[in-house]
Amino acid sequence: MRATTNIEPVKPEGVFVRLLAVLLAMLSRPSGRVGLILVAFHVVLAIVSPAIAPYDFKELSAQIILNAPSSEHWFGTDNLGRDVFTRTMLGGRQALLVTTVSTVLAITWGGFLGILLGLVGRRLDEILMRLVDAFLCLPWILVLLLIVVMVGSGPGVLILTLGFFYGIPVIRMARAATHDVVALDFVTAARARGESRSTIVWRELVPNVLDVLLVEGAMRWSWMLLAFSSLSFLGFGATPPTPDWGLMISNARSFMSFAPWAALAPVVALSSLIIGINLSADALAKVLGIDRAQKAPV
Amino acid sequence: MVKLIARRLALGVLTIMLVSGIIFVGVEVLPGDACTAYLQRAAQGKRLENCRRDSGLERPALTRYVKWTLGAVRGDFGVSMKRKTLISKTVGTRFRNTVILGVTASIIGVPLAILLGIIAALWRDRLPDLWVSTTAIFAMTIPEFVSSTVLILIFSVWLGWLPGIVITRPDAPLFEFLSDIILPIVALALVMTAHILRMVRTSVIDVMASDYVQMARLKGVPYGQMVFRHVLPNALLPTINLVALTIAWLLGGTIVIEVVFNYPGLGRLMLQAIFFRDLAMVQAIALILATLYVGLNLFADLLTLVANPRLRTMQRSRP
Repeated sequence: MRATTNIEPVKPEGVFVRLLAVLLAMLSRPSGRVGLILVAFHVVLAIVSPAIAPYDFKELSAQIILNAPSSEHWFGTDNLGRDVFTRTMLGGRQALLVTTVSTVLAITWGGFLGILLGLVGRRLDEILMRLVDAFLCLPWILVLLLIVVMVGSGPGVLILTLGFFYGIPVIRMARAATHDVVALDFVTAARARGESRSTIVWRELVPNVLDVLLVEGAMRWSWMLLAFSSLSFLGFGATPPTPDWGLMISNARSFMSFAPWAALAPVVALSSLIIGINLSADALAKVLGIDRAQKAPV
Repeated sequence: MVKLIARRLALGVLTIMLVSGIIFVGVEVLPGDACTAYLQRAAQGKRLENCRRDSGLERPALTRYVKWTLGAVRGDFGVSMKRKTLISKTVGTRFRNTVILGVTASIIGVPLAILLGIIAALWRDRLPDLWVSTTAIFAMTIPEFVSSTVLILIFSVWLGWLPGIVITRPDAPLFEFLSDIILPIVALALVMTAHILRMVRTSVIDVMASDYVQMARLKGVPYGQMVFRHVLPNALLPTINLVALTIAWLLGGTIVIEVVFNYPGLGRLMLQAIFFRDLAMVQAIALILATLYVGLNLFADLLTLVANPRLRTMQRSRP
């Protein structure tokens, strides 16, 4: 993992200008374009869908149970007579909200702790990294399930749980990236100038580790979405009647042999969002010169 | 070298000890204990007291932790609250089933991934690479329950070739699982192949760009010889660790696959245990899976050490 990038090193003032440049560079790659368009489509849809959804997502109707797709119900209806098109449109809202907030949370706390550990080192670093290693040995889904079962599965709990748990691998990444930067001359110079530790972190380290954190965040976002929808699928994430893709797929499985549309619509929606995020993350990594295929998905 | 191996082993043991601590403390810190969790609404008065006494919950946490770990070392994880049976007995066959699933998927997935990864790297940015890499992104990112559901839809609902869910008993002999296990293996091998082939691809590309390969090219070494003698050994060695990490990480995904196919493995057992809030069982499974993870990584480290002459000599030349 290198912290050096294809694009010029930054001054802290230039961060936003640079983000724009990165975005444009991503758009110039075909895969990045497809990815960003997919993500943007889903985000916009999640925001406007309550206003434009044709039916009420919890409206039951005994007359139209498991109807095939038609001009009134584009994606057909499910086993309770609910409109699958409406529910698919709304089905990403909770997932997107929860995973976006958790991603920001994970990157923030994991990033800061990682930078601090990379800068300070010594005993604290040794102890915490052993703990991080131990945490990463636990199967992710088990930890999530355990917390959700014992504490409850409201969106708040899910955000905190995902944000906490997925911040742990971020610590490791941020620490490694900091190690690469700390040894460079400008940090030594800052130290020699007698800058305080917080100034070094904010002005020298954060802007230079930001690339790694951004790529890491994009990647974590897709893993979290996967985790959240897996939890919903298993019955521990979103609670009915909330429309949620994982929940819808799990529900539609029982009548999949005669109403495949009820399963296929959320399958396509969820897959397109996750693929979109991953294509964007890949493009981002390539634009920033950080190759993410070279590490295990821990 | 012996010293290095001993160090890795000690680190592995330390990690497992830490994990056991995290599991135990985690369960302690979460609201409620094994009895309130299991009894739920009925957790009051006499029943709660009896339950706590029977499972020894009124003893101090440290005593219970020591007893639990000492038992776990001997393979004794205590008694399941839900099933009233020895946990080690139930876990045994389930563990076997999960291992079969994982090992078969790896046997298919890892060589396939290495082959495809090499192809993608050697034809970098040309048609074979585009195909392989794009498919890999799809296979890697789609959640296991989605791919499993689609597999069932295609191969059991529409084509009717394979059973969509497993109804074989958990402790049935191996051959009875044969037709059941194909779809779960495909689902698992799909994700695994995608992850590993991407790593192999990057690794091979890196080595192809290195100075010594450029040198070999300039010297006029035939292409095939260059690839097989100079590129592949150096490219594949560092992936051993990543492969192990990936397989271990996919244990989480196995849980979902087992649930979708109703496959009687450790993952489904864990979900049931969580559903019934059978904390003793959950702790046991968590520890077993974590140990498996550490063991896999340790194995990969040792394999790298044995296979990589550089690491060996580096160790010897050190004072």
